[in-house]
Amino acid sequence: MIERFAKKDIIDKLQKEVLSLQGYRTSRGNERTNTGLGPIENAFPGKSLPTGVVHEFISPTTEDAAATAAFITCLLGSLTKENNKCLWVGTKRTLFPPGLSAFGIHPENVIFIDLFRQKDVLWTIEEALKCNALSAVVGEIKELSFTESRRLQLAVEQSGVTGFIHRTLPRFENTVACVTRWKIKTMPGISIDGMPGLGFPSWKVGLEKVRNGKPGEWQVQWSNGRFRYIIGQKTLISETPVRKIG
Amino acid sequence: MAKRFAAIWFRHLMTDWKTRRQPELYGIPFVIATPERGRMVVKAVSRAAEKAGIGTGMVVADCRTIFPSLIVLDTIEITESDLLQLIAEWSLRYTPTVAVDLPDGLILDISGCAHLWGGEHQYLNDIITKFHKLGYDATAAIADTIGAAWAISRYGHTPSIIEPGGQVDALYPLPPASLRLEPHTLQRLNKLGLYRISSFIKMPRSALSRRFGQALLSRLDQAFGQEAEFINPIRPAQPYQERLPSLEPVRTAPGIEIALKTLLETICKRLAKEGKGLRTSTFKGYRIDGNIQQIEIGTNRPSRDIEHLYKLFEIKIPDLPPDLGFELFLLEATTVEDISPEQEKLWNTSCNNNDTDIAKLLDRISGKMGKDTIHRYLPNEHYWPERSVKVASSYDEKSPIPWQTNLPRPISLLNRPEAIEVTVPIPDYPPMLFRYKGQLHNITKADGPERIEPEWWIEAGQQRDYYCVEDEQGARYWIFRLGLYGNTEPKWFIHGFFA
Repeated sequence: MIERFAKKDIIDKLQKEVLSLQGYRTSRGNERTNTGLGPIENAFPGKSLPTGVVHEFISPTTEDAAATAAFITCLLGSLTKENNKCLWVGTKRTLFPPGLSAFGIHPENVIFIDLFRQKDVLWTIEEALKCNALSAVVGEIKELSFTESRRLQLAVEQSGVTGFIHRTLPRFENTVACVTRWKIKTMPGISIDGMPGLGFPSWKVGLEKVRNGKPGEWQVQWSNGRFRYIIGQKTLISETPVRKIG
Repeated sequence: MAKRFAAIWFRHLMTDWKTRRQPELYGIPFVIATPERGRMVVKAVSRAAEKAGIGTGMVVADCRTIFPSLIVLDTIEITESDLLQLIAEWSLRYTPTVAVDLPDGLILDISGCAHLWGGEHQYLNDIITKFHKLGYDATAAIADTIGAAWAISRYGHTPSIIEPGGQVDALYPLPPASLRLEPHTLQRLNKLGLYRISSFIKMPRSALSRRFGQALLSRLDQAFGQEAEFINPIRPAQPYQERLPSLEPVRTAPGIEIALKTLLETICKRLAKEGKGLRTSTFKGYRIDGNIQQIEIGTNRPSRDIEHLYKLFEIKIPDLPPDLGFELFLLEATTVEDISPEQEKLWNTSCNNNDTDIAKLLDRISGKMGKDTIHRYLPNEHYWPERSVKVASSYDEKSPIPWQTNLPRPISLLNRPEAIEVTVPIPDYPPMLFRYKGQLHNITKADGPERIEPEWWIEAGQQRDYYCVEDEQGARYWIFRLGLYGNTEPKWFIHGFFA
């Protein structure tokens, strides 16, 4: 029994060493950021959302792009501490600042850079990723080649800023050097007890690729500022806080 | 070299300035009055009002009895000293030494300047005509001493030039008030019947000193040139500008970089001494073929960090084609702002350090991509979606109002609403299905309507009834109906996507 534990320790230790050799770090200053992702975090090495890396999000439709933007905003909200700024770089932006506050971020803490050319977007993302004063950088870009993604990865390895690359309607889902590839899809909302109306935003969160982790798919609902898991047609964490009225 | 001074007197300084600002007041009697001990007292009189018999120091009520249609202004946007300072800066074209002589004059030290205008007559004429053209009623005189020039400009025949050494004769017939004396001394002189300088100038000095004080003697000596008098010349603001000539024409990028660094160092040193930082700056290269090339930078916060400013310029150095080479470099800080000491001190702490780093990043982005690419949004007090946000004017600006969270707002909003085809039960239900970009969406769930009216004081138009709808795939849309069912068929639009 003791031997088995010792073995597990050794394996864990070796695994961490391998991860660090592969340029993977958990987060800045070894502090875990609580993203509230719950079961999804088990898919990552070290059981927490990797920060200081570049995440890739692919949206095949405009509707999915809205869901993805919201999901990224949720992650931003947990990464951005009090009054820290983050950058949102892109072309033809449709993101509407008042819609952000529902997903746990103050819209005034987001600085938008609206550009016209893809080349400029890449330059700006790279420069921003090198600036470790930012909490995170979101880049909306259509195509990303392997070389370009490597440059971004090199930039974050220096600074430890987390990057989110959001690709809407890309021509190819080519291989890139990002640590993860996510696909967030819309999902019909679940109304509580047959109540009319839309209900809380719900998404199918697909983690298609993750370096040193286990890909998977989850159904997630965003309500009252936290993620809830949907299994079958019921939310896993169903203890909704009782609201006082009057 | 003998000293020469010119004194300029503006008889109606403030009213002339006002007339220049509001030409409709020209030729109209008006006064500027301020409250004093519960009544309005005239402080400045226009030319026309003076002709009507109104003088400074009178009470407005009295003036109204003399001249019922008198216009009384009770505010003036500028103080006399500020205005004189501006005029003095303008007058630097005549001599490098100009002093403000409150409340209504200027003193110019013109030693060695007049010959450039072809003599003192032309010089004085030029000054007077220029001021008359600007609308100021100015009189001026030139003399060996400040006191004499002052006296002649106010009390003598103007414009007049007192030849060197001629001030004694010129001053004899003038009243004692021309000696710039205290009111009580003047009163006493008047009481004793000494109406002219000539009537007491021959008295023994000890008697004058005993009866009227040392000040009278000192003023007399100053006017006659026996005692030196000094003026306090204005110091015009130095533009933040540095030049660097090069012996050989500079054609290479490293050469330009060295020039830029040298200039930045000198300008930043000066900025540090004065506690300021630059917001915009221009770097000019004068080519030997007479062409001038320039690059400009701007910063989000006042900065005097050489490294940072150099980086901003560095991006743009390729935009300077040297051709045959640059012979002169010029660096100018066009906008300069104060850096508060706290700001600098706090730079060392971690939190504010973050902000400066981000400000530097934004400077670089705006330097390369253009200023209008960076946006930060604050809530605006409008329900109309297009007007519900405003662009923050600065990096630190905070909003006095919180973000609206009680009404559903989409995460992505189309720049303009796009028309959709709908099948809808009337009058007030959400659609059953809609077609957007050729694709059919069956609506399964809906929330709404939320009616938003266009603010009639901003623009006219029909109200929108917004519905949040979800289709079978779970995609959520923000659609609205423009107007009401009635005589006309209202149109439907899609305006955004919910997450």
